[in-house]
Amino acid sequence: MSDIASRVKAIIVEKLGVDENEVTPEASFTNDLGADSLDTVELIMEFEKEFNVAIPDDQAENIGTVGQAIAYLEKNVK
Amino acid sequence: MELKRVVVTGLGALTPIGNNVPDYWNALLAGVSGANFIKSFDTTKFKTKFACEVKNFNAEDIFGKKEARKMDPFVHYAMVAADEAVRDADLDFPNLDTNRIGVIWGAGIGGLKTFLDEVSNFAKGDGTPRYNPYFIPKMILDIAPGHISIKYGLRGPNFSTVSACASGTNALIDSFNYIRLGTADVIISGGSEAIINEAGMGGFNAMHALSTRNDDPATASRPFDKDRDGFVAGEGSGAVILESLEHAKARGAKIYAEMVGGGMSADANHITAPHPEGLGARLVMTNALTDAGLTTSDIDYINVHGTSTPLGDISETKAIVSLFGDNAYKLNISSTKSMTGHLLGAAGAIEAIASILAVKNDIVPPTINHFTDDPEFDPQLNFTFNKAQKRLVRTAQSNTFGFGGHNASVIFKKYEE
Repeated sequence: MSDIASRVKAIIVEKLGVDENEVTPEASFTNDLGADSLDTVELIMEFEKEFNVAIPDDQAENIGTVGQAIAYLEKNVK
Repeated sequence: MELKRVVVTGLGALTPIGNNVPDYWNALLAGVSGANFIKSFDTTKFKTKFACEVKNFNAEDIFGKKEARKMDPFVHYAMVAADEAVRDADLDFPNLDTNRIGVIWGAGIGGLKTFLDEVSNFAKGDGTPRYNPYFIPKMILDIAPGHISIKYGLRGPNFSTVSACASGTNALIDSFNYIRLGTADVIISGGSEAIINEAGMGGFNAMHALSTRNDDPATASRPFDKDRDGFVAGEGSGAVILESLEHAKARGAKIYAEMVGGGMSADANHITAPHPEGLGARLVMTNALTDAGLTTSDIDYINVHGTSTPLGDISETKAIVSLFGDNAYKLNISSTKSMTGHLLGAAGAIEAIASILAVKNDIVPPTINHFTDDPEFDPQLNFTFNKAQKRLVRTAQSNTFGFGGHNASVIFKKYEE
């Protein structure tokens, strides 16, 4: 697991209060991990803070699963 | 249209002297002070270094880490007191018409800690607004009744009352009225507050409102004592289940007391100072008595606002003497803020509970920390200094007054068929 992937998972575990083994790449924040719309916004903000990137709203809308978050950050974090 | 009778069927409390109703009541009767040095932040640079904090309370243990951080402390407190009251009233929501059960909840300020943290975070940044999405829904004070309604699925009237230190009492009066009018059958009412943080203490210190007796916090809240020097900040929550008598009887609920009157008035004088002659205080007590259809000779106990400020205690006492006349000498007066500190928007709620339990148990909790008589006060008045007093308490009146000149007063009576 990449460094980015493990940091993303740690944030999700912390913020959504879920078990680490639930945080699979396919897991949807809202359908599988119990996030509501505000939780999702908060997650995106945490990713921005952790990785020092700005995720535009139109990009953030496409980040709905753990795997999508990891893929986006692996591509955009320098 | 005939108004319905309204009774008290459940109580909940989270206070600086007890984390549930039995502990709170026993501490009130024992004359326990809830004041101590502040543990929740560094007070080195603050004029006042003590307050009446809630003790042995960890929100994460109760709500879990994920949910706890989505709520401001004033909501944590609200949820805990409401839960105790719901259990105490034995409300079986799945078998009740929850469209007719509401939540009307007071707070003076709301999520001050949340506001402080979020704005501090912004101020430390580069100007990019990185506010947490929970900032607003944690801070707004009406979120407390919102959370309570969500937890229990209650779809009746739901809102907050805001009148500074009278907020909790205004919540009780609104609840009383909606039940009397037949709009709701049951309302979870009360109030909560959590302002013991850098912003709350700094703000009230700037007004010279707080006691600065840092060498002896436990005796700092001394209402009606000659050497009183301001109020002691408190935090916590009180919840009162109000219910129409017919609904309570139909489900066989236990009844603590009947709520028989509520009064409201304004000082229309100054934003923070009380009217020097207590005109607003006199008017609000008059209005509550009129609403209840009682006279001054019917009141056995007044749980006064009595915050231990130099001016406030005098004006309220003047109001009592001028309104009650000779009857003022026959009743007991006490300020339970001498023990709990001043819970601001929750004060009306926890003091209503003290009044209800005084009516139920025929005992008046004391005004502790009395050392020196103040010639400003008529020595014939019975302030219930230092020790609880047993007596017949047919009715009790509870006064609260808020910055802005808001006054609210409620009356509870022994329940009779």
